[in-house]
Order: sequence, then structure tokens, then C-alpha cells
Amino acid sequence: MSESESLVLHPFAKYLRLDRFPPIWCAGCGCGIIVNCFVRAVDELGLDIDKMVVVSGIGCMGRIAGYLNMDSFHTTHGRPIAVATGIKLANPELQVAVISGDGDLFAIGGNHFIHAARRNIDMLVICSNNFNYGMTGGQVGPTTPLEAFTTTTPYGNIEHPFNLVHLAAASGAVYVARWTALHVRRLTESIKKALQKKGFKFIEVISPCPTLYGRYNKMGDPIQIMKWYKETSEIKHGIDPTEAEISSSRIVVGEFVDIEKPAYDELIRKLILNVQEKLGGSQNES
Amino acid sequence: MMKVETSRAVLTGKHFLSGDYACAEGAVAAGCRFFAGYPITPATEIAERMARRLPEVGGVYIQMEDELGSIAAVIGASYAGVKAMTATSGPGFSLMQENIGLAVMTETPLVIVDIMRGGPSTGQPTKPGQQDMMQAKWGSHGDYEIIALAPSSVQEMFDLTIECFNLSERFRVPVFLMADEIVAHMWERVIIPEPEKIQIVNRKKPNVSPADYLPFKPDEDLVPPMACFGEGYRVHVTGLTHDERGYPQTDSPEIQEQLVRRLCDKIRKNADKIVRVKEFMLEDAEVAVITYGIPARAAVSAVKKAREEGIKAGLLRLITVWPFPERQIAELATRIKGIVVPELNYGQIVREVERAAKGTPVHFIPKFGEALHTPMEILDGIRRMK
Repeated sequence: MSESESLVLHPFAKYLRLDRFPPIWCAGCGCGIIVNCFVRAVDELGLDIDKMVVVSGIGCMGRIAGYLNMDSFHTTHGRPIAVATGIKLANPELQVAVISGDGDLFAIGGNHFIHAARRNIDMLVICSNNFNYGMTGGQVGPTTPLEAFTTTTPYGNIEHPFNLVHLAAASGAVYVARWTALHVRRLTESIKKALQKKGFKFIEVISPCPTLYGRYNKMGDPIQIMKWYKETSEIKHGIDPTEAEISSSRIVVGEFVDIEKPAYDELIRKLILNVQEKLGGSQNES
Repeated sequence: MMKVETSRAVLTGKHFLSGDYACAEGAVAAGCRFFAGYPITPATEIAERMARRLPEVGGVYIQMEDELGSIAAVIGASYAGVKAMTATSGPGFSLMQENIGLAVMTETPLVIVDIMRGGPSTGQPTKPGQQDMMQAKWGSHGDYEIIALAPSSVQEMFDLTIECFNLSERFRVPVFLMADEIVAHMWERVIIPEPEKIQIVNRKKPNVSPADYLPFKPDEDLVPPMACFGEGYRVHVTGLTHDERGYPQTDSPEIQEQLVRRLCDKIRKNADKIVRVKEFMLEDAEVAVITYGIPARAAVSAVKKAREEGIKAGLLRLITVWPFPERQIAELATRIKGIVVPELNYGQIVREVERAAKGTPVHFIPKFGEALHTPMEILDGIRRMK
């Protein structure tokens, strides 16, 4: 590499596996923005990346694990949260983040999401919500708005979508926020806050898929999608997540939950210490 | 994990235990410090014992939301550097199949105990079966090899669970303990040796710096040394076809072939180091019973009774079922007149026996439901083949 080339390396290059670039993502996709905000948050916090593990599932966002220069696990479809649960409990020193898509986390993997939140497993879950299955060509998903068009709802969607922040809050998450891919500074701050907090944290990122969801819904231009985010998003910190609507005319964003609750790994360490204390030294020869 | 005195992990001495409990004790003795499971008859007692025992030795027990989550958490725990296990029965084993493929592809050491019951579907939850034997070999998609052991006593539930862990660590492959409801629920004497007399194998670690480490570059034995999360090696692990760096290579036919061949060959080419069979009265035998697991108990009586009748019978008990003991059966088949195969199913391992025996007549005795084979039923089979 010549000197002039080395000079243009991005300051976050050390967090990325540059030998795998360019990524597979389409022009105008929100996945790269999420990578950027995540590594910026890690960088600004000065975290030890040798003690971080990023776990992802299958789908466009799932490919993030392969682009980050840290321990990372690209798991099967729907299972990143369950794999992350095992990682965190086996080695509580690790900072575990699950970054994946809406289909992966809330359709095929929905059960793991609600139970990890209920147990308060110490992990950050970031969901890139692009309202459809991008990797497989733009099919309907659990967050596709009513009446929206996808390749498998050619006559309009008749399923009611999940409100992910409501679901996360109801399941027991200690931190719940939603941003759009336009809110890069607020999203970065939100990730920083979540990474410093113990327990199950959830951040939803409304993320553009101009190639598929956008084109099928008359929003194929990435700039047009960003304008939609800008014009309709409304920051409402602390409101009841049931009221955090997403519609063509209004996207409610902000921090909705920020509470304290003992995490599973803290409780199990305590349990183990109690059990061992009761056993003392006398049980050893039984 | 917390440091623990070995005497608390290994309960040296004579015990009266159920098979499920003996299995849990074997796991703890082998160094298992993570268990994720979901209640299912007839494997539940393993989870119950692990829930009580693991905290005593500083380990973690978690009851997951389903078997999909159980196997996924076990994979995660193993990659975080801890020996991990789950236990289930047929329906749960079916749910685990996709992630068994992930464990094969990512070369994750782990142990799955399948206490087999009657199927298909919900079947007969409290009755014994050996109906998952082919599922153990072929249940996940793609070409792959795994290791499966079959215990026929409560003592073996202890011993072979340790061996499952050792093999999984040695070859970086999921290893299955394929037991049945009777072995699991039966109570027998178990002798737990002193800790220093229990052989423990741990996964190979890299002896190069992170800069020089290729996570999926094998040694001569075809098994790559394993760096775990948090050790500074910054490993990328994926279920996609990957090169030695661990990077996805989804378009290269060469890398697909190279990887699949190695994943299979690390077991196939080491089969002689893995496979264990037990012979009984086979030296001069003209008829051999070949079986595994609980039917082997009745087969011993049948062989003795046949000898009393003047029939030169013997028993080959398969302790390792996968990789299949082909060489051992092929050799035996050249010097006997006939083979009898009792199984608690409608014909699974018998097909492998027929394949390996290459023309030597095979008589199959299937059995379903509550009843085990009686010695007389197996004896009857021996008489037919003499």
C-alpha cells in the first residue's frame, strides 16, 4: 500500500474487516449507516473490542458480523439471540450485541426475543427494520405496514404489523428506543447509552430498503426515503410505547424505556455464590 | 467460570443412580459447565440434575424457551470457551437439527443427549425406542459426519457421556449420546472413579499470535485449533461456506468441496481412533448378534442360551454407532454364517449392517412400544441363522 493510499484510511478502519469490503448491501441501504453508528459508539466509549462479540442472524443486516473486526457469529436464521444468550452466560465478561433484521428477530426468531427480554439477558439488540425481507427479494414481514406492497403481497398487505418498541417494552427490556437511519447522531448516542447499561436493551432503527420495499411502494429513491424520515419523524421521549406509531404521515422516535432491573448473569452469579457458600468445604467428599 | 475443587465435580464412589442422573454426573465430571435445555420426557431428569449440580461447581443451567434456543445457546456457550451440553428426546431432537448443521459447519464441540422414545411425532413419550438413529446421522441438511455413542447400562450413561465430551473436544464436532427410555430411567449401581483416573480431553488452542491465526486452517489431523470469543483472536464464525480465515465463500466450488470433504474426512479418516465395539463369545461364533443400547442386554442371555443348545453364537455390541463400525462388521461377516439384528425400531441400523456385511444373511428383529426384546425372541433369531 502506498503512502497516499494509507492516508485515506477511515479512522474506523480498525473496526472493520476491510479485506471483505465492499459489503453486499445495495446503494441507499441503511445497513451501512447502522455499522457506522455502532462502531462510532464503540470508538467513542473506548471499549475493549477484544471483549466484544457481535452476533447476527440471516438476512441483509445479518451480514454485519462478517464485516466487523471483532469476535462475531453469523448464526442461523432467527437464532442470534439464543446463541448470544449462551455466549453471555458462559463468559459474562463479554459485551454482547445482536444486530439483525426485523424478519430474523421478530418472525422466525420472535420467541427468543421475548424470552431474552423477559429474562433480562445482558445484551444490546439492534434491529434494522426495513419493513420487508430484503435478502430474499422483498417479501412481506412482521413489520410490513398494512396495505403495503411487497413481492408476496401483490394486492396489498392484510396483516397487522408488530410495534417493535411496544413488544420490547412489554417483554421486559430495560432500555427501548427507536430512531430512523437519518438520526445518526441520536442513534449513536442511544447505542452508547445502551452499551453502558446492564440488561436487555433494544434499539429499533427504521432503515431504508430503496431497492425492494421502496420500489414496490413508490419510494425507490433513497433521498426520497430520507426526506420522508425527516418530514414525518417526531421525537417523543418517554411516551407510552403503545403510542409510538409508524405511519406514512408520522414516525414516532425517541427513548421510550430506561429502567433498572437485575440482569440474568448477575442473578445467576449470586445464586452460584449462595449455593457454594452453603456447601462450604465439608461437602467435598460426598 | 469459577474455580471449583474437583471433588465437588467428581462424586468418587459407589452410587445407586438412574441413567439420566448418571449422565448428568458424567457431564459434570467431564467438565461440562453449561447446560441449556427444555423439559421433555424421558430426558427431563438430566436437566433437573444439572440445574441442581451445575451451580455447585460454578456452572450455568438455563431452561430455554424451546429446543431451537437450547442448542443455539449451547453453541454460543461452547464458542465462549465452556464445555456445554443439552439433553432431549425425539421431538426436541427434530427441532435441533438445523443448528446441529450449524455446529458441524462451525466445528463447535458440544454434546447432545437424545433419550429416545417411541415416534413418529409425539408417539409414546414414556416408552423406549431406538427410532432416531438415522436422524442422528442424516437429520440436518447437507453432507456431514457426526459421532454417536449408544449406552446399554447406567454405568455407561456416566462413562460414555464423558467420552462424548472428549470426542467432541478432540474432533470439534457435535457428539450424540443415543440412549433410550429404559437406560435413562433404570436405576443401577454406578462406580464413579477418582478424578485423576478420569481421562479428560480439551480442545486444541492456537499456538500462534492472532495476526498469524487462521481459525479454520486444520492441522494434520484435519482439526483446526480453536480460539474462543474474548481471547483476542477476533474470530468470525459463520454457517456459510467459508475459507480458512472464516470468511464466507459462497461462490467457489473449490472451497465448498474442500470444506465439506474436510468436515467429513476428519471423522471418516479417524474412524479407527473413534470406533469402539464390544465382543462377547465371538471367537468361534457362526452366528453373530449385532446390536447396540438396551437390546444388547437381552442379546447376552440369548447368546448364552444358544451356546447351551450347541449353537456357536456371539455378540457384537456397537458402542459407537456413528461413524459406523464398517470394518469390524465386514471382517466379522467373512467368518460367520449369519447375523441377527434386534432393534427398537422398524429397521434402521440393520440396513447399515447389511451394507457392511456384503451378502452375509441378516435376520432383523424389530420391536415397538413398551416391550423389550426377550432373550427367547433373539434366541429364536439365532436358531434361524445357524
